[in-house]
Amino acid sequence: MRIRIWGCRGSLPTPGASTVRYGGNTSCVEVGLADGSLLVLDAGTGIRCLGDELAERGVREIQLLLTHLHLDHLEGLRFFAPLWNPEVSIDIWGPPSPTSSLRDRIARSFSPPLFPLDLKDVPARVAFHDVPREPWTLGPFSLSAALVAHPGPTVGFRVEAGGTTFAYLPDHEPALCGRIGEAPLDWLSGGAVASGADLLLHDAQYFEDEYRSRIGWGHSSVADAVAYSDAVGARRLLLFHHEPLHADASLDLLEDRARELAGSNGRGPTLAREGMVVELQPG
Amino acid sequence: MAATRPKHLVLILAREFAANLATPTAITDERGCLVYFNEAAEEVFGKAYSELGEIPYDEWTSRFAPRDVESDEPLPLDRRPTGIALRERRSTHEQVRVTSLDGVVREIAVTAFPLFAHTDDLVGTVTIFWRA
Repeated sequence: MRIRIWGCRGSLPTPGASTVRYGGNTSCVEVGLADGSLLVLDAGTGIRCLGDELAERGVREIQLLLTHLHLDHLEGLRFFAPLWNPEVSIDIWGPPSPTSSLRDRIARSFSPPLFPLDLKDVPARVAFHDVPREPWTLGPFSLSAALVAHPGPTVGFRVEAGGTTFAYLPDHEPALCGRIGEAPLDWLSGGAVASGADLLLHDAQYFEDEYRSRIGWGHSSVADAVAYSDAVGARRLLLFHHEPLHADASLDLLEDRARELAGSNGRGPTLAREGMVVELQPG
Repeated sequence: MAATRPKHLVLILAREFAANLATPTAITDERGCLVYFNEAAEEVFGKAYSELGEIPYDEWTSRFAPRDVESDEPLPLDRRPTGIALRERRSTHEQVRVTSLDGVVREIAVTAFPLFAHTDDLVGTVTIFWRA
């Protein structure tokens, strides 16, 4: 399984000279297999460049999985080139809501005054699906989703293929559910999707001192991300959803802090960088 | 404590809420299985939750021998507040007479209400015990 990071910034796109190493595009991750099968996770501004590449590759069928509909996970969709190609089919999966369909919720961002065009004017064939309660498959991918601690309906995804497992929890505040590591795994937010993953991509927006004044905002401190990775037994941790106020130099320190916290436990945590590719091998 | 099946996020948040309350509070899953009660509820249950673990609905509600306050007749399963919350998917408030595990007979008020997740799925209940 091949994981490619197209956007790893949290909350707000952050272009500029001070963010060139980690990148300023918001959440978008591509999961691919050697046979060309792919999933797209989230539609932050990173999806725009991915869309251009998918158009070049001639990809005609796309599965897009949205963890939630906060703008930093959705704002790139309107500029996703395949959406404007009538020969493309896109299946969009997202968290359910008791009040309105996934299509209606997404359509809000495709309407004035936010956008000049309406979702019904999109030429691609688009189908909308609530994520199932039970595990499901999309081609060679086995998937499961679970609601996780973040404001509003938000899911984390577990992707299994080719003997490897990738857990994707880009926006997650498990500390809101009690001290991480004290409760058993079945009482840990997202525990079922993250348990034993070969690669856990997890929210680490804040240094510990920043987090103290942002409790309840839906994001994690670097210490909680490392503790969570330990609690679920992930083999490798990729830190994600970088705070817009953190320039590259700050993020270097955040990575240092993550490695200090992790100590000698397995492979040291790594901060996601735009353009980064992680290959997962079975075993 | 042995791991059980993964809990729905709403139950996880309810447990954290209850853990910080001074009011005796119990949490069940969607089948009525007792999955948590807080420290304040130890007086009602007569033991700490960590000593008991998860208990099926009929078993934990029967431990109190709940009875009608007027008639002192045993309350059938479907008239117990948590049972009403589960079966009828509504909140309920009842006065009941119970015998706690320490053998003390008490009259208590019980409020129970269902927990629905984002898709309107019933994922469990909260039961609160008030001194009558």
